[in-house]
Amino acid sequence: MARYLLRRLAFLVVSLALASIVLFVLLRLLPGDPANALTSVGASPEQIAAARHSIGSDRPLPEQFTHWLGQLASGDLGTSFVSSLPVGPEVVSRLNVTVPLTLAAFVLAVVIAVPAGFVAAHKRHTWYGALLSAVSQLGIAVPVFWLGMILIAVFALNAGWLPAGGFPQDGWSEPAEAIRSLVLPVVTIALVMSASLIRYVRSATLDVLGSDYLRTARALGSSFGSAMWRHGLRNASVPVISVLGVELASTLLGAVVVESVYALPGLGSMLATGIAQHDYPVIQGVLFISTLFVLFIGFVADLVQRIIDPRLRGRLSGGAR
Amino acid sequence: MTLTETRPTKAPRFGRSSRRSATLVVGCVLAGLIALLALVSLVWLPYATDDTSGGRLTGPGGGHLLGTDKLGRDLFTQLMTGSRIAFEAGLGSVAVAAALGITLGVLAAFAQGWLDDTLSAFLDILIAFPTLLLAMLIVAARSATLGSAVLAIGLAQSAVVARLVRVLVKRVLTQDYITAARTSGTSWPRTVLGHVLPNIWPTLVVNLALQFGLAVLAEAGLSYLGLGAPPPNASWGRMLQEAQATFTTAPAGALAPGVLLVLLVIGVNLIADGLRETLDPATRRRRA
Repeated sequence: MARYLLRRLAFLVVSLALASIVLFVLLRLLPGDPANALTSVGASPEQIAAARHSIGSDRPLPEQFTHWLGQLASGDLGTSFVSSLPVGPEVVSRLNVTVPLTLAAFVLAVVIAVPAGFVAAHKRHTWYGALLSAVSQLGIAVPVFWLGMILIAVFALNAGWLPAGGFPQDGWSEPAEAIRSLVLPVVTIALVMSASLIRYVRSATLDVLGSDYLRTARALGSSFGSAMWRHGLRNASVPVISVLGVELASTLLGAVVVESVYALPGLGSMLATGIAQHDYPVIQGVLFISTLFVLFIGFVADLVQRIIDPRLRGRLSGGAR
Repeated sequence: MTLTETRPTKAPRFGRSSRRSATLVVGCVLAGLIALLALVSLVWLPYATDDTSGGRLTGPGGGHLLGTDKLGRDLFTQLMTGSRIAFEAGLGSVAVAAALGITLGVLAAFAQGWLDDTLSAFLDILIAFPTLLLAMLIVAARSATLGSAVLAIGLAQSAVVARLVRVLVKRVLTQDYITAARTSGTSWPRTVLGHVLPNIWPTLVVNLALQFGLAVLAEAGLSYLGLGAPPPNASWGRMLQEAQATFTTAPAGALAPGVLLVLLVIGVNLIADGLRETLDPATRRRRA
């Protein structure tokens, strides 16, 4: 396991390095000169040239890249072209919204989906098992922003229980307010996420229920509960965990629409603004941090899968999917 | 795609099932109704898309089946053009995803060792990267048109298709009939076209149907953010965004596009489920 850990860590570092190169090159391929974001309409060629020089976009690409790497190594994500503020602290303040939002939604989704998916599979011949499957079918077809709109209309505008959007100006210094403003966004993401998770849990459970080892365990006298606990859980969780990893990673940034519905100052909306303004350091910084998260989540998911399933231990990456 | 005459294996085919799947029928009815709206919108619309002669935010009735939006445009007309855009987005994205994904997936399936590890890790990262953000990057680089949205969504989805195709092809490549084809002198390209693709086709079609639904949802999300088809082409996502502020006073505009969107996606997902049941005898036995 220690050897695997080392190999997998090395793989993590290499992927991060590769991803940062790809990221850097891709961003430079985007049309639109970032200097335009700095200068007003009708600026003279000299002014544009000066702007380009001030942000370093007139230097050769390899030089820009090594400069960026040097900054990264010292924990500096660069300075926004548009606001002239450092990107790092801005990312951190955005993460203060996005990370609690994503984690809370993720936990809630798992709490809903695991029992619901199990029941949908185990009791699939009963009306409530079928209902659960039907509800999850419906859930994966509902656009997340529409669900958000409906929840706002019902719980914020009509009932007036929760704020319709926004986040306290001073963030978490008023915890009660901050939590209140995250309730509806969390529920919105969790409902949509659990709808698709239920399907995965259901199909993983169905595989276990139809398996020979479960039948054998039952034939040897195990009760259904203890057979499921000893054999079923472990087997069913391997594919589910790999899906969970992908879901968690994509929710982290995919929250952009929900952030837009609820006017939350999260990482996704920072990226959206950065893209609209061709603000390279912002785009680069946010995408780099997100890639880091995505790779790290994949790393953890692989590790957990290997602890659960010894059969995977010969392989480097990518569990049974 | 041409299939060779001699098929070493029996690939399941469409329409062979003796028991027609109810799921498939319901799915076809739902998606078919909206497809009908989209087709009719090509030749006839109740009002012109830029006709703002109606009163603002009138409720249903009075010459407007579902009322009007905040600019006085007929809601039902917009719903119809929206259904056309939904189909264009879905079909276009799936076409891009299939073309790219199948090519990449087949190539990746032939990779070995570290190249294989790297390729799958790359696909994993691409898959974890939210479709919407990739789309935003591409839309920002080009311009906010339906074409950009379709290209972006298709690109993002091609990673999912590629990973699936890679796994499926790898499985098929270990089969005896592939060895037989190879030893009898069939070239790799011919083997892939004649033996590999026909055998992964059923699973692939089911997945592509699911991708269609996801593409429709993604396009709606993009137009909700203002990054989809520009006006006067009413996309459901943009209609919802425009109606959000008047949800409580004029609910029709904030509900109708969402309902159609959900019906279309459910319909397509049911078609996918129905196809899976019909094409894959294993699940049929398990469900029975």
